[in-house]
Amino acid sequence: MNDLLLKSRNKQRQQRLRHEVSRLYLSLTDLIPMDTESTFFENPPQTVAVGQPLSRVDGRAKVTGAAKYSAEYNHLPGMVHAVIKTSDVAKGRVTGFDLSAAQREPGVLAILTHQNLPKPALTAETKEGKEAIGYSVQMTFMPLQSDQIFYAGQPVAIVVADTLEHAQQAAAKLRVSIAAEAPIASYQDTKAPRYNPGGKPDADAEGTKRRGKAAEAFAAAPAQVTATYSHATNHHSPMEPSATIAHWEAADRLTVYDATQGVSWQQRALSAILGLPQDQVRVITKYLGGGFGCKGPIWPHSVLTALTAKAVGRPVKLVLTRPQMFTSVGHREDQEQTLRLGATKQGKLLALLHEKTSTTSPWDDYAETNSKFMGMLYQCPNFEATTKLVKGNVMTPTWMRAPGEAPGSFALESSMDDLAYQLGLDPVQIRLVNHADKDPATGQPWSSKSLKQCYQRGAELFGWSKRNPKNGLTRDGKYLVGWGMATATYPVNDSQGNARVRLFADGHAVVQVAATDLGTGTYTVITQVAADCLGIAPDKVRFELGDSALPTTNISGGSMGAGTFASSVYTAAQDLWQKLTKMAVTDAKSPLFRAKPAEVEVVKGRLQLKANPAKGEDFAALMKRGSLTDLEGFGQGKYGAGYEAAQSGAPAPAKPDDAGKESGHAMYSFGAHFCEVRVDPELGTVRITKWVSVVAGGRILNPKTARSQVLGGATMGIGAALMEQTVRDPNLARYTNASLADYHVPVNADIPDMTVEFIDEHDPYINALGVKGIGEIAIVGTAAAVGNAIFHATGRRLRSLPMTPDKVLEAMRQPV
Amino acid sequence: MHSDLFPDAQPEASQPSDGSRRTFMQQAGGILGFALASPIASQAETLAQKLAPVNPVISGASPMQLKINGTMRTIQAEPRVTLLDALREHLDLTGTKKGCDHGQCGACTVHVDGRRINSCLTLAVMNQGKEITTIEGLAKGDALHPMQEAFIKHDGFQCGYCTPGQIMSGVACVKEGHATTDGQAREWMSGNICRCGAYPNILAAVREVEQSGFKG
Repeated sequence: MNDLLLKSRNKQRQQRLRHEVSRLYLSLTDLIPMDTESTFFENPPQTVAVGQPLSRVDGRAKVTGAAKYSAEYNHLPGMVHAVIKTSDVAKGRVTGFDLSAAQREPGVLAILTHQNLPKPALTAETKEGKEAIGYSVQMTFMPLQSDQIFYAGQPVAIVVADTLEHAQQAAAKLRVSIAAEAPIASYQDTKAPRYNPGGKPDADAEGTKRRGKAAEAFAAAPAQVTATYSHATNHHSPMEPSATIAHWEAADRLTVYDATQGVSWQQRALSAILGLPQDQVRVITKYLGGGFGCKGPIWPHSVLTALTAKAVGRPVKLVLTRPQMFTSVGHREDQEQTLRLGATKQGKLLALLHEKTSTTSPWDDYAETNSKFMGMLYQCPNFEATTKLVKGNVMTPTWMRAPGEAPGSFALESSMDDLAYQLGLDPVQIRLVNHADKDPATGQPWSSKSLKQCYQRGAELFGWSKRNPKNGLTRDGKYLVGWGMATATYPVNDSQGNARVRLFADGHAVVQVAATDLGTGTYTVITQVAADCLGIAPDKVRFELGDSALPTTNISGGSMGAGTFASSVYTAAQDLWQKLTKMAVTDAKSPLFRAKPAEVEVVKGRLQLKANPAKGEDFAALMKRGSLTDLEGFGQGKYGAGYEAAQSGAPAPAKPDDAGKESGHAMYSFGAHFCEVRVDPELGTVRITKWVSVVAGGRILNPKTARSQVLGGATMGIGAALMEQTVRDPNLARYTNASLADYHVPVNADIPDMTVEFIDEHDPYINALGVKGIGEIAIVGTAAAVGNAIFHATGRRLRSLPMTPDKVLEAMRQPV
Repeated sequence: MHSDLFPDAQPEASQPSDGSRRTFMQQAGGILGFALASPIASQAETLAQKLAPVNPVISGASPMQLKINGTMRTIQAEPRVTLLDALREHLDLTGTKKGCDHGQCGACTVHVDGRRINSCLTLAVMNQGKEITTIEGLAKGDALHPMQEAFIKHDGFQCGYCTPGQIMSGVACVKEGHATTDGQAREWMSGNICRCGAYPNILAAVREVEQSGFKG
């Protein structure tokens, strides 16, 4: 590039930045007291790399096969293979083992059962154990501790052998006798009691939530919609099966290569369960082959691998089989929702009553919190939500991409569509009528909300104005064509974490966070953030993650990753610049000697006087004069309500759910999906032929990886809408389709071209960079958008997910 | 709905002949047929005896030679070791991924004699004397294969776990002439699951390579 062009580009960039900074400065002075921590916008470094569509920095490793996933650390000395033998029976008791044939197999080193497996120091079955293990507990039950069988797929033995084939063969020959009892398969079993988990102190599920008088308001409402929706069991099914390699480097020191979304969480959990000091457990996850929630919590297989490695005295590799992935790492629970909407003739909501029933495990009161979504999406004065649970013989469900919001939005956004048709309103119009200008659940103002812009832009991109308001009237040959839309939202959860930046005088930097990148783009976006925070180019930054030896942070989950890690890297960089500023003002040879630190600013790695930018010097000159090869900064970043509370000086919330109440703002991302389907009325098949998603998710760090996140979320939602269901046999409580041939996920041919856009938002309340996080929002509302399009195409409302051809055909046989 | 959404009938010449999933399934089906048909079980035994000289019984680990990415490699492995496990567990070529081990996901796609196959559905021993190409053998030194470049450019992946299989499939798909339209490429790339949902980006990458005139 010639100098002239470079200068001209720099000038353009500076102008753009000045514009951005001044614009933000206005909003910030309006909104935040000036004596609080400076933010990413108002204090240099300004954005140069942030916001650019940088290709993934880990792209080369991923396209050449060099990226090392958890099962691929083959260098460990004497490593052996473990295979888990699972129960085919969903309820009963192990009455005996016949090990003889298995033991005769060549290469077998050990067969471990509840009779001889080393005991963990504690499990989550006790209250103390649950507290010590921390947030990552989803299933409190630990298998292989007794002869009891509670679910099909529960581990009953572990076989260790020198090769994978020997271990598999021996496991196949191992005979386990189980006295079977009749299991409960799901909430649909009428024998099983339904209970309200409310009031139980440890319940992950909410009991009843209410405001106003919903039942009375519904009864008096001029327009009413009552409907019941069902959602099949879904499995995350990441492409990488969960894997653990456990290596005891000493009797009290363990390194684990584990497919986890949170190395810090996993470190804490394993140290508690195994009775080791936390620093003696190291968890490494350099690359993670997807997770979607199922690799967030600690699951038994990771613990069992560590115990097995202890027992055999060698590094042990355990990789779950694909069928085992359906019974080892949780699932989205099967659930039924009954929703009652009461409204005025103009479509204004008066009452919303929501009842949910779902299946949980024998030990844990887990349910997705659909009610949070139900209570905040639209302005509605009278609201009531009740959760009921049934204990089935199934493992504990867990977070799956937008837990609560995804199934909840199918119910609410389908019923809103019904209400629109009933009242002759456009589906977008009824949503505008009910737009919540502040959070209906708390009465707080939104930290930012650009939902109206999402509707408007989405409608424009889609061509919504050309929609025939009547359903069942658009045809393309034999296909029925329909258009549908739905709203999306996802909360900004409360989170915090640490980071370290190490800046070298030669202009390179190493940035460290014990984060993980499950494909979301963490490696790339945090490299961009670090580059701007340090005033150097992204290719001068090496961002290290995926190792619990690095600064502790939160999991990559709950859409918190980007916001938390970015905030902590920014804070660490601020710490570094403060150290350098101190050096400069006390260095007699520095142009900044004797300046007040508050008068110094840092712009692209140059320390200078705010009042006279010509007076200053580059960090490299300063460091070299001080004989420093490098210098470190360390910081803790906050994201969500905790950030706002810290900014405003309010006390930290006692628990995350209370955060919003004390911090002043309700924090959410918003979005809208628009969908076109073609339905074959003879075959009942549904094809998505057009898709538009518009998301307002705060600052977008990288539009390229962000777009991919939205494509992926919408694609998973299309899967839930049209094909994904794990079927438990009602008598045996065993999955009948635990494989990727039988659990259908979308393939390339199922997905059309998709249009994704972002609404530019600058939210000063959520974290230093205004990042909301976009990992989950795109799955929210997706199934409803598809269902609404099917309704528009056929005049038939499908309320049971997935909307498979048999259900479409059955609906087509019914009168409109 | 365009007709190119669906695979055109495969021309006779391009039918898999040896070592492919289809042939393997036919063989397996044949063997299974014998095993299940109890009245002819004894005949099967006789047949096995007759075939013994041409099909020697090998048990335990034995040496086998595999030509992978142009290099002859020798491993000691049992005959039941799949090509996928031979690559990942014996040769530390872990770029080829195990997603399901049952030919359902495509993560293990490699090229054998220039054709894409699921390496979990073929035994290593069956692939001696063949040219095996894995993701590690696609780039020429530092110069990435155009398909690899296109995947990076179009963000044709997120977690990266299905990516080696997608790229190997993509290269073959273009070479087969099955990427001439969007609809056709979507269909012929549908044996490779991407749970992160990068399909539109994968499609863009495959189509760009096809349109650039690259023939492999």
